[in-house]
Formats: sequence, structure tokens, C-alpha cells
Amino acid sequence: MAQSVFAPWDDPEQKPLIQFVNVTKRFGDFTAIDDLTLDIYEKEFFALLGPSGCGKTTMMRMLAGFENPTKGHILLNGKVIDTVPPNKRAVNMMFQSYALFPHLSVWDNIAFGLRRESKDKDAIAARVEEMLRLTRLTKFAKRKPHQISGGQRQRVALARSLAKAPKLLLLDEPLGALDRKLREETQFELMDIQEKTGTTFVIVTHDQEEAMTVASRVAVMDEGRIVQVATPQVIYEAPNSVYVADFIGDVNLIRGTASARPAAPAAETPIAKPAPNAPPPEPETTAAEPATDTQPEPRPQPNALGEWLHDTLLTPILGQRDPGPRALPAPTDEERAAHAETAETPASHAEDIPAGGLQIVWADDKPPLIAANGDEALAGKKVVLALRPEKVGISKTRPDAANAMQGKVIDIAYLGNISTYHVELPGGAMIKAQTANTRRISRRDITWEDDVWLSFTATAGVVLEDVS
Amino acid sequence: MKRFSWFNATSLTLGFAFLYMPMIILVIYSFNESRLVTVWAGFSTKWYGELFRNAEFLDAAWVTVQVAVLSSTFATVLGTMAAHVLVNAGRFKGRTLFSGMIYAPLVMPEVITGLSLLLLFIGIGLERGIFTVVLAHTTFAMCYVSVVVSSRLVSFDRSLEEAALDLGATPWEAFRLVTLPIIAPAVISGWLLAFTLSLDDLVIASFTTGPGATTLPIKVFSAVRLGVSPEINALSTIMIAIVTVGVVTASLISKRTAVARAREEQAAVRSE
Ligand SMILES: Nc1ncnc2c1ncn2[C@@H]1O[C@H](COP(=O)(O)OP(=O)(O)O)[C@@H](O)[C@H]1O
Ligand SMILES: [Mg+2]
Repeated sequence: MAQSVFAPWDDPEQKPLIQFVNVTKRFGDFTAIDDLTLDIYEKEFFALLGPSGCGKTTMMRMLAGFENPTKGHILLNGKVIDTVPPNKRAVNMMFQSYALFPHLSVWDNIAFGLRRESKDKDAIAARVEEMLRLTRLTKFAKRKPHQISGGQRQRVALARSLAKAPKLLLLDEPLGALDRKLREETQFELMDIQEKTGTTFVIVTHDQEEAMTVASRVAVMDEGRIVQVATPQVIYEAPNSVYVADFIGDVNLIRGTASARPAAPAAETPIAKPAPNAPPPEPETTAAEPATDTQPEPRPQPNALGEWLHDTLLTPILGQRDPGPRALPAPTDEERAAHAETAETPASHAEDIPAGGLQIVWADDKPPLIAANGDEALAGKKVVLALRPEKVGISKTRPDAANAMQGKVIDIAYLGNISTYHVELPGGAMIKAQTANTRRISRRDITWEDDVWLSFTATAGVVLEDVS
Repeated sequence: MKRFSWFNATSLTLGFAFLYMPMIILVIYSFNESRLVTVWAGFSTKWYGELFRNAEFLDAAWVTVQVAVLSSTFATVLGTMAAHVLVNAGRFKGRTLFSGMIYAPLVMPEVITGLSLLLLFIGIGLERGIFTVVLAHTTFAMCYVSVVVSSRLVSFDRSLEEAALDLGATPWEAFRLVTLPIIAPAVISGWLLAFTLSLDDLVIASFTTGPGATTLPIKVFSAVRLGVSPEINALSTIMIAIVTVGVVTASLISKRTAVARAREEQAAVRSE
């Protein structure tokens, strides 16, 4: 799929459709947008993501022409449009509140923009019908906005803003008023319409899942600044800051101090991991011990006399003898094998830990964590290892992984398709580990209060500078 | 429905008595046969006939209607514009001064408004007549209109106008095609208010009027100084009838649109 990836932002030949050049917007003393520079390309589905009040709507309003930048310039197709009034811009906006004209029918709402620039009744009618078909509203053309449902209103607003075939469509939290199921459907509809019309979309949202679903690129904002602009994958897998990592999805943040990894094969490293070029290390005698510690103590079993006593004397009083700890049947070999395929067992990666990177001391008495992808420039600094829960494996026995930590299961959140284990480390820190429930009873051998091992590969996490 | 307590019944009776007794008496005596206003001499409609043969009263009525229609129309246009600026333009230089000036006539004694307008007309050498009365009524009715319209504009969703601009409408088109139709009921009631204010104004009209521009209130007032005639009772009854019909129609229309809209909205909710 390398031949036609849509990535105009990586192509120096491409001219951006929109350029923000050092744009600052102040309301009185309050700086809503702070020295922001950003390029958006044609046919992009660009998402502005950030908490409430970070300036997303203000950016949209500057693009639409309702606010002028205090400093800097906004360019559309290379032309400065700072002070062009909204009715003279080839930009249309779908408002957060939809802003449908209550006194006009659905048909007249959609025709409103077309009538402003053309007198040709037939052309207008044809375009309105086309928009009604695109948004599946033909049946409702004669109704007034208050006579249709929320989802239909949303589609009228979309049809109205698309009718003039703008170069750029701005959508301010377009799906905020819809319930979850309708929202998900509409997200796909939006993507479909965007593809069909080839319009550049800029969407504002505070819902990170929505941004990840629809967008070709996401800009994560914080207090009037853009923290990171990248594809959803990069934002998720390689956030450039703790803020972004924490804002997008679920993440474990492990704080510690980084240092460069010793280049030589680390035979003396507390975790005796085979390094790529190292001779096979001696059997893990010392490291294997803690693993046995974690096995639950064998229950004291009664001797023959005890069994006889119980069976003859105590059964009438106490009932049948408890045959042993209650537990689900151990997974069959098949289930174990199936699970090994689906859950990424770190063991398979243990042999090929890449050289270089960082190691992170996160607790005095624990082996440092290895982050082979860590930026060596961070050596000596306070860092945070950001680790997605689904990249953390969980097992009862000590896994053969680049990084392993011991802890106790405090909580299990069963979400149907996945389960999240909340594991407390000895220092009190909580780590979340997530497994997909691909088999009905897989992983049920781990339960509350169990001592478990958490493991992840040398490249599973992202090392970020700790700015807090 | 709750039954009336004695207290409620008494309040209602007193209220209606104070409000409507004088008018009822006036209406009854307008059908009096006798020339003497206070002595009942049997039913007759002859004073209505007299009234329609009285050229002076008819002229005054015609002047009054002209003044009321013109001034309430001007006042509605200006008052709506002022309200739009005050509510939507945000902060601008001189906003406080402007809003203060608009609302001044509301609290200013009419005598002062009338006198200052008179001085102005004399000062700029404007000959007094219908035109000056229209100007004066426009001035003081405009502030009432702007109060009525701006209270509607405050709850008007600004993004509707922005949406119109966004779709390529000029600011004037956005106002005319979107804002005005939506706030129309408030504008109409502003016009009606201005119309009735102009219809019964005596003080300002008598300051600013000139020869040939005697309005009905001025005429009635000067006639009453010579003694109340049954003709005036008849005239007043006609005015009461006109006002009653107007008020009832207006309230019926607004009630019916409200009911229809509520029904439509319910239908929309059910179809979701
Ligand atoms: N017209 C305005 N006057 C003063 N402050 C404003 C105005 N518009 C927005 N702000 C402020 O700018 C900040 C960003 O607002 P906004 O862009 O609406 O945020 P978002 O859409 O990301 O929630 C907020 O703190 C808001 O209070
Ligand atoms: Mg917003």
C-alpha cells in the first residue's frame, strides 16, 4: 500500500490550502490563540482536538471570518484572508448549534446559500436535490427544522454548508448533540461524504475517539497552542509529550530517571536478558527464584488419619470435606496455544532487544526498565515512560521479556471485548494491563489479589521528558 | 381548576371595577338621548350621527391617524435598528451614551420632552404642523419599540445571523432574510405600542403641533373644557371599540401561532 498513501504534508511539492502563520488572537488581555503556525492541505480531514476552552472554536471562527487575528496571518490558497468578511470567503461552516433557519423549510435552508450568488432557479433546484439525496433527506424537504429529529437536523446543517461546494468546510463539534450510536454512524457518513465531495474538512472535537476515527491528521491543542500535529497512528503510538500521551486514550505513566544503556552485553544487569550480540547467559538461577515465590503456597493437605477422622466423625456436622481450593479449570493446551497467538507474549521478543536507547530507574530496589527506542538525548533527565495498557502483558509466571515488573491485581474491569487489569506495584503505583477477550475463558486464571507479572517489550513504551 | 376563594373573587371584582367602570359608564351614556351628559333620557344613537356630521372631529381624527401610522412606522424602523446595534454590536465607543439617549424619553417627563422638541423646532426654524408632530412622536415612541425589540433580540441566537453571512449573505440580507422574519412578532407589537402611544398622546402633540394639525386628543381636550358633550362619549366609545378589536385580534393571532408551533414540535419529538 506504499504506492498511493495520502500524505500531502510529507510532500514538499504540495502547497497547503490553509496556512496559519504565527497567528495570535487576544480577547482583551486573554490570549485565546498563542503564536500558532499550521498548514492544512487540500482534501484533508483535519481534526482539532483539545479540552474545552483551548481555542478550537476561536480558530474555526478565524477561518470562517468571524474573528480577525490580532497578530499574524491566515492564508487560503496562498492569499492572505485576514480581513476578508465571512460572506466573501469560499469557506463554509457547520455550526455547533446547527443554526438552522427556523422559519425556512429544509429545502429553503439548503437553498439559502445558493440563492445568494445565483438567480438560476433550475440550477439551484438541481443542487438542492443533489444535497438532499447525499444526506438522505429527500423525504423531509418540506418540513421545518423543528419538525425533524436531531440527527436529521444535523444532516440538514451539513447539506446546507456543503451546498455551495466550498473549498473548505468547518465543522464545530458537529456530532456533540447526538447519542453515541448515532454519532458513530454519522462519523462514517461524514468520512464517506468527505471522500465523495473531495472537500477539505476541518473538524473540531473534544472527543479523542472521534478525532482518531475520522481524521487524516489530528492537531492536539492546549491553551491556545498546538502541542502535536500528526496522523492518528503517530499521535497514539508516538506522542511527543506527556500531555498528548495522557490526552489520547488510556496510558500508564511511569516516572523515573533515564540513563544511556550500557553498550556492552549486560551480564551484570539485574534482569539477565539476552542482548543481541551477547553469548547466551547462564541459566537464570537467581532470577527464577522470585517466580516461585509468587506461586500460592501449597495448601496443607490432611494425612490419612485426618481424612478418616473427618469422614467418620465430622461429616454430619461440617459436611463433605473441601477437596481443595476452588478454581476454574485450568485452560486446556489448545486454549493456551490460542492465547499465545493472540496475546503478544513478550517472550518471543526477548532475543532481539535492539541495542542503544535508554534505561530508566523507576524504583531503587528494582531493575531499571529498558526502552531501546528512547532518545539518548534524554539521558540523565527525569523522564516518563508512557505505556499503553494493551502493550502490557500479564501472566502468573515470570515471563521472558525485556521488562518485567511484579505486582498484585487490585481490580479487573471487564468490558466485554477486553479486560483491563489494574495492578499495584510494590511502591504503590498503579499499572493497567489490557488483554483482548478472544476466548471465552482465556485469562480467567488471573483474579483479584493475585500476584502477577507485568511485562512489555523494549520498544513498547515511549520515553518522554518529565516536565511536571 | 381551583375554586375561587373569597379573597380572589374580591380582588378580581375590585380590579375590574376600577379598570372598566369608568369606561362602561362612558359607553352607556354615549347612547343617551339627552343632551345633558349626566341625565339618562332613554336609548338613542343620534350622537353617533352627529359625530359623523361634525367636520372638526373628522378632520382631527384623520390627522391623528396619519400621525400615528407615520410616526409608529418610523419609530419601528429606527427603534429596531437601535435595538439591533445595542444588542449585537458588542462594545463600541459611545455605546453607553447611545443606550442612555435611547432610553431617556422613557423616564423623561413628557412636558420636558415636548418643550425641548418645541425649542428645537423653533431653533432650526421648522414650521410646525403634522410633520413636526410626526417627528416628535417618532422620537418618543422609538425608545418603546427598541425596548420591546431588544428584549426579543437578547434571546435571539446570534449564530443564525452568522450562518447567513457564512452562506454569502451581506449583513443587510442576513438581517432582512433571517433576523427580521424571526423577530417579526416583537417588531409588530412594537409598532402597535407606538401606534397606540401616538394615538392618545396629548402633551407632546400640543407642544409640537401647529395650525391645521389638531389631533383628536387635543380636540377632545379643548372641547371638554367647554363642557362634555354626548358626541365625545360617542367618539370615545368608537375608540374603545377599535382598540378592543385590535388587542383581541393580536392576542388571538399570537396564541394561535404559539399553539400551532407547540403542536408541530410535539409531532417532531414523537417521530424521532
Ligand atoms: N468573544 C470572546 N470574548 C472573550 N473571550 C472569548 C471570546 N471567545 C472565546 N473566548 C475565550 O477564548 C477561550 C477559547 O474559547 P473557544 O475557542 O471557544 O474554546 P473551545 O472551542 O476550544 O472550547 C475561552 O477561554 C473563551 O472564554
Ligand atoms: Mg467550542
